[in-house]
Amino acid sequence: MDWTAFLLSVKLAVWTIAVLLPLSVIIARHLAWRRYAGKAFVEAALALPLVLPPTVLGYYLLVGLGRASPLGQLYEGLFGTPLVFTFEGLLVASIIFNLPFAVQPMQRAFESISYEFRDAAACCGMSPMRILWRIELPLAWPGIMTAFVLVFAHTIGEFGVVLMVGGSIPGETRTAAIAIYDRVQAFDNSAAGAMSALLLVISLVAIAIANRATSKADRHRG
Amino acid sequence: MVEVSKDLNVHLAQDAPIPLDAHISCAPGEVLALVGPSGSGKSTILRAIAGLNHIAQGHISCNGSIWCDTKSNIDIATRHRRVGYVFQSYALFPHLTALVNILEALGQRPAGEREARARELLELVRLGGLEHRYPSQLSGGQQQRVAVARALARDPEVLLLDEPFSAVDRATRQRLYRELGQLRSQLRMPIVLVTHDLEEAAQLSDRMSILHRGRILQEGAPYEIMSHPASRAVARLIDLKNIFQARISDQNPAKNITVLDWMGITLEAGYNGEFAVGDKVDWVVPSGSVILHRRREPSRGVRENPVHGTIESMVKLGEIESVAIKVGGQSEFPLFMSIPSHAAMRNALATGENIGVSLLSEDIHIMAPYEVDDLV
Repeated sequence: MDWTAFLLSVKLAVWTIAVLLPLSVIIARHLAWRRYAGKAFVEAALALPLVLPPTVLGYYLLVGLGRASPLGQLYEGLFGTPLVFTFEGLLVASIIFNLPFAVQPMQRAFESISYEFRDAAACCGMSPMRILWRIELPLAWPGIMTAFVLVFAHTIGEFGVVLMVGGSIPGETRTAAIAIYDRVQAFDNSAAGAMSALLLVISLVAIAIANRATSKADRHRG
Repeated sequence: MVEVSKDLNVHLAQDAPIPLDAHISCAPGEVLALVGPSGSGKSTILRAIAGLNHIAQGHISCNGSIWCDTKSNIDIATRHRRVGYVFQSYALFPHLTALVNILEALGQRPAGEREARARELLELVRLGGLEHRYPSQLSGGQQQRVAVARALARDPEVLLLDEPFSAVDRATRQRLYRELGQLRSQLRMPIVLVTHDLEEAAQLSDRMSILHRGRILQEGAPYEIMSHPASRAVARLIDLKNIFQARISDQNPAKNITVLDWMGITLEAGYNGEFAVGDKVDWVVPSGSVILHRRREPSRGVRENPVHGTIESMVKLGEIESVAIKVGGQSEFPLFMSIPSHAAMRNALATGENIGVSLLSEDIHIMAPYEVDDLV
């Protein structure tokens, strides 16, 4: 049982969610309520990680974030370390490949909020921040929980992109999914089995919690 | 500097999406009804007052402050305008209880006062005891009352009601009319009611504005508009059925009468000096001012504008019978008469029967002939 890899996976998932969920709320609201030329293109670009093979996505991320790339050089100039094959690089990749899983359910949820609720809130004298906090987020809650579960499960399970961008550096970029692969390669089936079972249970519990939270939020909606 | 008063003053002009050129004003405590078919722009005006729609050109002021003035680029955000808005679907926040819905609109009051005020408002709309119910646990009428309480919680400088009775059943609606009537006496702000229901407007408002395609065709007291529509378009919009064309055949100011020639039938109407002998005019008479001649024992009334014809059709509308009478051999423009069902029965009215009626001369209203412009 590779606890280091397991904890790294959880850390990556937590960080991804911490950065991605607020970011996705902004993007999803924007896409739900604004109309502009080129919106379809933006939506298509956001959905790309859903259809691209993980190795293709991983390859572009490796090139895009690598030491030769402007982004990679900028990061290295600022922090003194390269972005690829580090936890931070993994986090950036994780955020990008999880974008559609976070944005799409939230966008659907924000789209389903009638504009009348926002109008009514403004007529009640509520500020935009208060409307977001008291009206929009609670009404979009099922979509946000769905995004949470999808991102969590997807981060824990992602293999191809992580291997391409992060390699398999113990304690730095070797996540549970990669550790399982390593253990199977080393014929250590018992460790692979234990870790697989643990991931299975965690995923199940996450979905159950989200479903319960969603149904609770739905109870009073007529 | 534009002069501002205590009244709500609105002047709007735009070409799209709905063409609009309207001026309305409403005094504190007054109920102004905006009446018109869908697409006439009435909701657009209401939303503009609240700042929910942006307007191309216009000026909105209320209680001495300017909310919008496109000339000087003033456009106060909705949340800074003190409006109480009751939406057609109420737009109650579904995830918050009745009490919390109202609390959300009390942000302008000190925190310590809010809950007491919210409970007071719930009592005012007779919902005491239901404060912890969610909107989905309330009936349509109760939801409407929460919406009214929430609108009042804002301590509004204007109360805007957007078809607030359209989502409840008829019986509830009558009860809510009475409640709003009682509530009114306690309200000191201008109240603008948008409705397509003329009866509702007549019952609840002090003044009505008849809107059509973004323009106000007529404004006045409900009775005034119902009895003296300014044009054929207004007469049609307020659902007057008896609209006909005639020619002025005599003017007699001494006797206070204007005489009409309607398909060869001579009709006397109250004197109207706007027209000259020979002028083509439109005229209307409310179907309730068409009086049946008693068929067995003719009464004195038969000499007032007698008209004879054949009953073409009869439709029972509750307690009232709407009778279409074919006059002068033509059936394109029948004369409609409303009489109580029991009177129709007692007089043995039936399709195909010949009857005589009188048109009350004081209720015949003469208008300028319609122009193509105001055709519906």
